[in-house]
Amino acid sequence: MWRVGLVFGAVAWFVSLVGLVEALHGRWVVDGVLSAGQVLLLAVLLASGWTAARRFSASLVGRLWAGLLAGATVGFCVGLLVWLRSLVDLRTMFVNASPALFQLLSGGQPARVAWAAAVAVGAGVGLVGGAGACTPARVVRPILVGAAAALSLALFQELVLLVLQPEPLAPVRDWLFVAGGGPTAQGIAATFAFSAALAALRQASWGRAGRVALPPKAQRVLWSFVGVLLLAALPIAGGPFVAQVLVIVGLYTLMGLGLNLEVGLAGLLDLGFVAFFAIGAYTVGLLTSVGDHGIAHWSFWAAVPVAVLVSLIAGVILGIPVLGIRGDYLAIATLGFGEIVRLLVLSDALRPWFGGSQGVLAIPKPVLAGFEFSGPQHLYYLTVVASAVVAYVAWRLQDSRLGRAWMAIREDEDVAEALGINLVSVKLLAYGLGAAFAGVGGAIFAVMVGSVFPHSFQLLISIQVLALIIVGGMGSIPGVIVGSAVLIGLPELLREFGEFRFLVYGAVLVAMMLLRPEGLLPAAAQRRELHAAEEEPAGLARTPVGAATEGGA
Amino acid sequence: MAAGALRRPVARRLNFVDAFLWAFRLAVIVVVVWGTVGTLRLGRYTGEQWVDFVVFGLAQGGIYALIALGYTMVYGILRMINFAHGEVFMSGAYTAYFVAAPLAASGFLDRHPILSLLLLVAVAAAVSTGVAVLVERVAYRPLRRAPRLVPLITAIGASFFLQYAFRGLYGSGFKAYPEFQLFKGEWQILGIGVLRTQAVVLASAAVLMFALYQFVMRTKVGKAMRAVSEDKDAAALMGIDVDRIIVLTFAIGGAAAGAAGILYALVFKQVHFFMGFVPGIKAFTSAVLGGIGNIPGAMLGGLFLGVVESVGPALFLDGLGIVAPYQLKDVIAFTMLVMVLIFRPQGILGERLAAKRA
Repeated sequence: MWRVGLVFGAVAWFVSLVGLVEALHGRWVVDGVLSAGQVLLLAVLLASGWTAARRFSASLVGRLWAGLLAGATVGFCVGLLVWLRSLVDLRTMFVNASPALFQLLSGGQPARVAWAAAVAVGAGVGLVGGAGACTPARVVRPILVGAAAALSLALFQELVLLVLQPEPLAPVRDWLFVAGGGPTAQGIAATFAFSAALAALRQASWGRAGRVALPPKAQRVLWSFVGVLLLAALPIAGGPFVAQVLVIVGLYTLMGLGLNLEVGLAGLLDLGFVAFFAIGAYTVGLLTSVGDHGIAHWSFWAAVPVAVLVSLIAGVILGIPVLGIRGDYLAIATLGFGEIVRLLVLSDALRPWFGGSQGVLAIPKPVLAGFEFSGPQHLYYLTVVASAVVAYVAWRLQDSRLGRAWMAIREDEDVAEALGINLVSVKLLAYGLGAAFAGVGGAIFAVMVGSVFPHSFQLLISIQVLALIIVGGMGSIPGVIVGSAVLIGLPELLREFGEFRFLVYGAVLVAMMLLRPEGLLPAAAQRRELHAAEEEPAGLARTPVGAATEGGA
Repeated sequence: MAAGALRRPVARRLNFVDAFLWAFRLAVIVVVVWGTVGTLRLGRYTGEQWVDFVVFGLAQGGIYALIALGYTMVYGILRMINFAHGEVFMSGAYTAYFVAAPLAASGFLDRHPILSLLLLVAVAAAVSTGVAVLVERVAYRPLRRAPRLVPLITAIGASFFLQYAFRGLYGSGFKAYPEFQLFKGEWQILGIGVLRTQAVVLASAAVLMFALYQFVMRTKVGKAMRAVSEDKDAAALMGIDVDRIIVLTFAIGGAAAGAAGILYALVFKQVHFFMGFVPGIKAFTSAVLGGIGNIPGAMLGGLFLGVVESVGPALFLDGLGIVAPYQLKDVIAFTMLVMVLIFRPQGILGERLAAKRA
């Protein structure tokens, strides 16, 4: 039990010293009472109690005791950190060991008092965690949903406030939020109660059959109508900032759909994928730019097909040499190609053509029948249309002969070949089409930024795209969209997160593979395969915080 | 994997793939030959400069070789690329900075340089070992029976997690490593002036590699490691605790990477949270070059890559009239990586293991 406590204590140290606690401390969950940083620490304590209780005992008293002990150990660790800090200046080593952090950890008390208090608080919260492990899932789940909703209200308050901007909504706004501050206690409580009740109701109605009111087809039409309406209204309601975020989400969706063909369907792990995004962007940049490096001064609409074609050809050309390579060697080889492309474009040797590190500047915005797509709110529609077209193509491909051939080589190349699938053409089509999709994204990216330079096309992008496919569910198109909304959209909206984004990505990749390898919205085949034997895990829904700390454990 | 085994039938059936690959080979050979002839005719570099390039390449290659040991040993046992190994290398060097800085400030570093160096290597090796073992425990062990792609993805995740964890812990700036007064200037070795740091780095790398090789070949644990890499199940039946051997492999690879981190800091005099990425990839290249799973191969591959990378820009590219060839140093390394993966995935010395990687 104390070992679980020590592991979670290490997690608490880690989230504190890495700066996550302090960064989240800047945001109120309940104005003036509770900050998101404190919530993070409490979550660690709860998780420690819960884990210890689940692992070490079956009896009620045993579980409570395990939770208490584990929580107390975590508290002891936190107290130890506070005490250590009173002896030596941790900041020479850990840049984030700031006075503000220790003010938070110690509650402003002297080290010894704070230590005792930390143990006591830890024991208490750990006990609650242990109690949670004794409670049936049907009680715990609504509580967690409610907590997640309340936390979202706090974390995305800018967004909520934006929606509540109109004057008639002012009373709601004032009831939910302190002016210029965080959510009010009643706001959080109401959100919690409302969502928890909703979750409980939903859960209760699950057992009964015949919940569907409309016939499936009509329902689908209704939902797609609502979806289109929502998609069209979002940037108008949200303003330029939200539109900008949505454009970025759209671009990653485009790339994700492309990489999904390669990784998700054909099982070819490509880490140099960003190269094709770059090729699309550079093609449009060079063809349309009115600056020094422009070669044709074409319009955007003429340049896009060329960009797609060039990306497609590049995908095939880079695909040919790696045809015979499989698995992890393929990942490294494609990573090598991606870096070679970036380094070449960056080099002075090719500066006369690609502009070196300064890149290609002065790319005009697209104009359609006299209408200029100037701001993000206009480009958003362009992105949505492009994503919809590409998603449709991807969807049609998925169940086509080619798509099934891809899935066959994903499962077993040798068997697929023995069944008469031409590995060369099928693989090259995966590389080519995937690259073409990314090229579309690159083209829009070029006009969105108005310039292209090599710095925008780092390996990080490839990793992000990979991460979003995996989080969404490999081989699933809705999964790509959900993945990019979760991994790209949320961190953009959550401004404190900026610095910790990649930390969380790394942790999410590991945690996803350990806990839910099929992703959030898995493709049907994948889900069947991975959960054929086991039942739906009865565990709790993991909150992002829990997932983030998982990797540090 | 079995790239070698599979490539043949595919290539035989489709000639355009073959032709393309031949064209690729030919293009690289033409560039290399043309560039070399051009450079030598220009005569821009003196013999002494070439020697400097080679010595620098060897020093750097020694570092790559030390890191490559970790890749190659893990691959030998688990048949997986420990993508996070570059970060293991970084973690040791970066953490040891916080020992090196106070040592330098107190003057201890210059009074007892050898002792300090040993201390730093010990700290870095300890931290790197810890990180390597932790990564194995959290990210790889639960997935030992999972499909191949899964541990690779967790490895990528772990790599990013570690990079940004150290960024968060220690900050995002470059940290200037203190210099050893003793290692400034040159030594005359066999009539050649060699920078002292490079000589020290090369010598330490050689000693460490020799020690590791002896460990793997001579000790009982080393024998167990070799047994596990031959056949896990059979090894388990012979009473070897496979899990313990795997952890030990990660630990030893981590220790070598940590030591390499200090040597790297001696040469480049700075550390950074992202410093593990490129050396990691290059060390992987070295491991594949030498034949992955093969310890002497990794050493050879490291030295070879170091020298080619150091000599390459001047030798191959300068003669072609390319502007600023040094910017393309990494392109040479990555091209070697890609080429060895495509054309000779079994590496120079790797015949024995390559056949089994199916």
